[in-house]
Amino acid sequence: GPGGGAPLENANPLIYRRSGERPVTAREEDDELPDSIDDREIFDIPETHLIRSINDPEHPLTLEELNVVEQVRVKVNDAESTVAVEFTPTIPHCSMATLIGLSIKVKLIRSLPERFKLDVHITPGTHASEHAVNKQLADKERVAAALENSHLLEVVNQCLSARS
Amino acid sequence: GVKDGSWTVLQLVEALGSCLENTDPRMRGRGIQLLSQVLLQCYSQLQEKEVLHLVLFYESRLQDHHLVIPSVLQGLRALSMCEVLAPGLAVSVLKAIFQEVHVQSLLQLDRHTVYSIITNFMGTREEELKGLGADFTFGFIQVMDGEKDPRNLLVAFQIVRDLIAKNYALGPFVEELFEVTSCYFPIDFTPPPNDPHGIQREDLILSLRAVLASTPQFAEFLLPLLIEKMDSDLQSAKLDSLQTLTACCAIYGQKELQEFLPSLWSSLRREVFQTASEKVEAECLAALHALSACLSRSVLSSDTEDLLDSFLSSILQDCRHHLCEPDMKLVWPSAKLLQAAAGASLRAYHRVTHSVLPLLLEQYTKHPQSSQRRTILEMLLGFLELQQKWGHVEEDESTLLSLHGPVCSVVFSALTDPSVQLQLVGIRALTVLGSLQGFLSPSDLELVVDHLIRLTLHEEDSQSSEAAMETAGSLSPIYPKVFSGRMVPRLEEELQAEREEESSRDHCSLRQRCLQALAAVSTHTSIVRETVPVLLQHLRKVQKGSEAGSTQDLVSVCQSLHRVALQCQQDAESCWYYHQTVVPCLLAMAVQAAMQESTQPLLGKALLEEEVLAAMIPVISAATAHLSPELAAQSVSHVVPLFLDGEVSFLPQNSFPCSFQPFEDGECLEAQRRLVALLMAFVCSLPRNVAVPQQERLLRELLALSCSCNCPFTATTAAKCFAGLVNKHPAGQQLDEILQLAVNRMEPGLAEGPRRTQALTLLLWVTKALVLRYHPLSSHLTDKLLGLLSDAELGPAAADGFSLLMAESQDVLHKGCHADVRIMFRQRFFTDNVPKLVQGFHGAGPDVKANYLKGLSHVLNHLPKPVLVTELPTLLSLLLEALSCSDRVVQLSTLSCLQPLLLEAPQIMSLHVDTLVTKFLSLTSSPTMAVRIAALRCAHALTSLPTTVLLPYKARVIRALAKPLDDKKRLVRKEAVAARGEWFLLGSPGR
Repeated sequence: GPGGGAPLENANPLIYRRSGERPVTAREEDDELPDSIDDREIFDIPETHLIRSINDPEHPLTLEELNVVEQVRVKVNDAESTVAVEFTPTIPHCSMATLIGLSIKVKLIRSLPERFKLDVHITPGTHASEHAVNKQLADKERVAAALENSHLLEVVNQCLSARS
Repeated sequence: GVKDGSWTVLQLVEALGSCLENTDPRMRGRGIQLLSQVLLQCYSQLQEKEVLHLVLFYESRLQDHHLVIPSVLQGLRALSMCEVLAPGLAVSVLKAIFQEVHVQSLLQLDRHTVYSIITNFMGTREEELKGLGADFTFGFIQVMDGEKDPRNLLVAFQIVRDLIAKNYALGPFVEELFEVTSCYFPIDFTPPPNDPHGIQREDLILSLRAVLASTPQFAEFLLPLLIEKMDSDLQSAKLDSLQTLTACCAIYGQKELQEFLPSLWSSLRREVFQTASEKVEAECLAALHALSACLSRSVLSSDTEDLLDSFLSSILQDCRHHLCEPDMKLVWPSAKLLQAAAGASLRAYHRVTHSVLPLLLEQYTKHPQSSQRRTILEMLLGFLELQQKWGHVEEDESTLLSLHGPVCSVVFSALTDPSVQLQLVGIRALTVLGSLQGFLSPSDLELVVDHLIRLTLHEEDSQSSEAAMETAGSLSPIYPKVFSGRMVPRLEEELQAEREEESSRDHCSLRQRCLQALAAVSTHTSIVRETVPVLLQHLRKVQKGSEAGSTQDLVSVCQSLHRVALQCQQDAESCWYYHQTVVPCLLAMAVQAAMQESTQPLLGKALLEEEVLAAMIPVISAATAHLSPELAAQSVSHVVPLFLDGEVSFLPQNSFPCSFQPFEDGECLEAQRRLVALLMAFVCSLPRNVAVPQQERLLRELLALSCSCNCPFTATTAAKCFAGLVNKHPAGQQLDEILQLAVNRMEPGLAEGPRRTQALTLLLWVTKALVLRYHPLSSHLTDKLLGLLSDAELGPAAADGFSLLMAESQDVLHKGCHADVRIMFRQRFFTDNVPKLVQGFHGAGPDVKANYLKGLSHVLNHLPKPVLVTELPTLLSLLLEALSCSDRVVQLSTLSCLQPLLLEAPQIMSLHVDTLVTKFLSLTSSPTMAVRIAALRCAHALTSLPTTVLLPYKARVIRALAKPLDDKKRLVRKEAVAARGEWFLLGSPGR
């Protein structure tokens, strides 16, 4: 199961460099000018808040370091209120894929304005049961039910606890 | 009685006689307790004979009933502090304790007494104790074996350290001594909440580490333990092991390490390759560095093999091949390991670079992609930076020197790569290569400078351009000739070039870059002498041009001049050259402009604009503040007469159409009066020991100007100049007179008339000048200011004035210009005036209440955070009221006061949770972005209150925070996401 004590599935993952904090521009400090929601902003949400690695609280890697979420795989259209996020499981048979996807999805649901239509799915060709996982993630009822399941919610919330 | 000498101890013992021999142990105990307490009071007055008898008595009591023992130990502790203790007695006492007392079955306090006795004897009877040989060590081991109390452990660890440090005989008991201490490793201790003893986990860790790492004799036992604990699941245990290993390397030699090197290396490698924790990684690298350093400095006997070589070989063998895979995960950990080992000594450096540098250079050519090249060059840079540590390149052994050609060509190729990221690494590498003495040949240098010029002026990306300027700045003092001969002329040429599209944007930014680069390279006297004239010439050119936008150009030149001034400050020669050249020139140009205005209203006016004058102030100030007193005196003898008497003769161009008399009355002199700003910049930055000629007259003129002038800029400047001088004026009658004069002019001005604002400005600046130096008159002036808070007209400005009083001022009255600033002035102002502000608030009418809140928030906002947190709870109700105030300055500062309080005093804040939630949520829709951000941060900080208090509000807060998720500003959305996320987690499983 996906509990905290599960054995390491991928003990020696590829580690990527972090891109660093987004610098604040002069425009963003101007009270009047609106800033539209862009790819980087959405990318930063799971990046900043999904910290504790899914199966190993002792090895807190960010999703970017694990290359699970990359900025190029985040697509936002502010005007049309759509967000699409592709994530890449650490290995093709990663049993955590659904949980990772769920965590990303829950975090975004909590963080995005209601007007947005949200699509979270696996980067094509990177997981053995890609189709099944995507289907689960797209199923509103199933996501809602997952959030009612206190064991699952516990694990998801653990993933959502801020960097300490 | 014993204390004042009227009784002897023997008399006391006799008097207690029946009690001391009573058959009831309780009674005996009380007798001995009394005697011991007396001894603790007056051990220093005892005679040698008395001590002898007492020692014998107490020793015999050690076999007594267990109820008596604590008092006996107290008595022995008192005796252990006696200076007259006869030789042999210390040993006898300790022997008796070791023999008769089972220390670990005593209570904590009594065990502590035993440690104290031992500590006392070790302090005064070292030789005697050493006479006991290893028996003493063995006795102590038995005493501390099984100790559990952290307070006692700290003392016991200290005793062990002393045993080792002072060379007590450990005999066959080395391993026992190690066992009895190392059993606490790694320390696992969490101080209980509200612990009155204040012992932190860190204290124990450090104390134990000092024991374990105190002798090479422990090495054979300790190293296996450390290797084992490095593999622990607990990060704290890992870190402790690594830090202890590093500490050991400071005293170990090759002999101690030899046997364990392979396992140590494989543990360190495993950790660095696997860990995701930067802390663990950093500690591993530090340990590897320490190991390599230890092996490098070990003195070897002629028949032993140098282990450094084989150790480095195994590191190279395990890491080298990873460097060939710049895309892969292990490339960086490997590079860091190699650099940590190489950085330990020159020998290690040569060994590693000899193998790695050629490989990296080869890899750079093999991988054509910019991103891979960047990784490779960054690694190369890491090794180059290490070389910097040893300064110059030694010709005979340096790998680097032999690779001069390929290294340069790799770095130069990076500089012309289209990828900015690669360029940036190349520029950093250039800085390092340039700082290696003797590495770059003269022709390399010319090429370097040409690259820097190109990147500075023509590289589109501003990051690269800025980095190139920075590098030019750090290399120019090393090679001043190349920069003054090659770069400065090119920059001058660019500045002077008249372009077709004179006002086009590109050209503008090119000029900007030239100005910045000129400032950046002005790091050496010889360069400054080239660049300053270029900058001044450009200033004159822009001023004459009088085109639109020239204000900004003038400001840019001043900014560059300012940077040069700052860079000249440390060098007396440059400093005087700069002052002598720049200050008269700026004054002359300004005087010229001020005169011209009276006849030709448009020409050359830009120089007198507030913005430009404001930019000239820091230039003059920085050029003045670091002058030697003699030179400053010389300069002040010109500048003051210029302003008071129109003495223009020292200015470079001094034929003017009319006379310069800024302090005279007259409509047409308005422009001249503005130049008081430059006078202020100069005269308020002088060192305190430089006398200002005609100071009293000058002060009177400034005072008059500040009260009578209609132009706010001039009036304010005059007030600041007055305040700056008054702050440094020596105390005494003269100062009192001038201050009285100021008060006399201010008071009627404040009361009524057309110039109340000017009078308030003067009041504020003079108050600030006096508050800073704790002058007695400051409280009178502050009270005046407090009184004005209820004034319908001046109230808001007076409230804002509190910010002026508390904040660091930019141009006068700060440390940099030698002002008299007492460090605690803000706390003192807080203590003296906050009660008055609170009282005033309660008594004030509804229309002026906000002024008091605003004043208060300014004071609170500038208070250091720790002081704030301790003082705030008393002001809490007022702050909660301030949240409803409609003034956004009050809102903002109140929110920023409350935020740390939520984090640090959650219990008190819990009482007000309802008000806080309501107010914070309503402020998240403020029209001001900063208020929305602060309100969201507070809403976030609320989550540190106890969960049970918050749960009733959870749904409401989550709903309300949905709105700022769609705020038009990204920075607001970011805070909303963070706050809302935390609220979701409240009370949920898995938080």
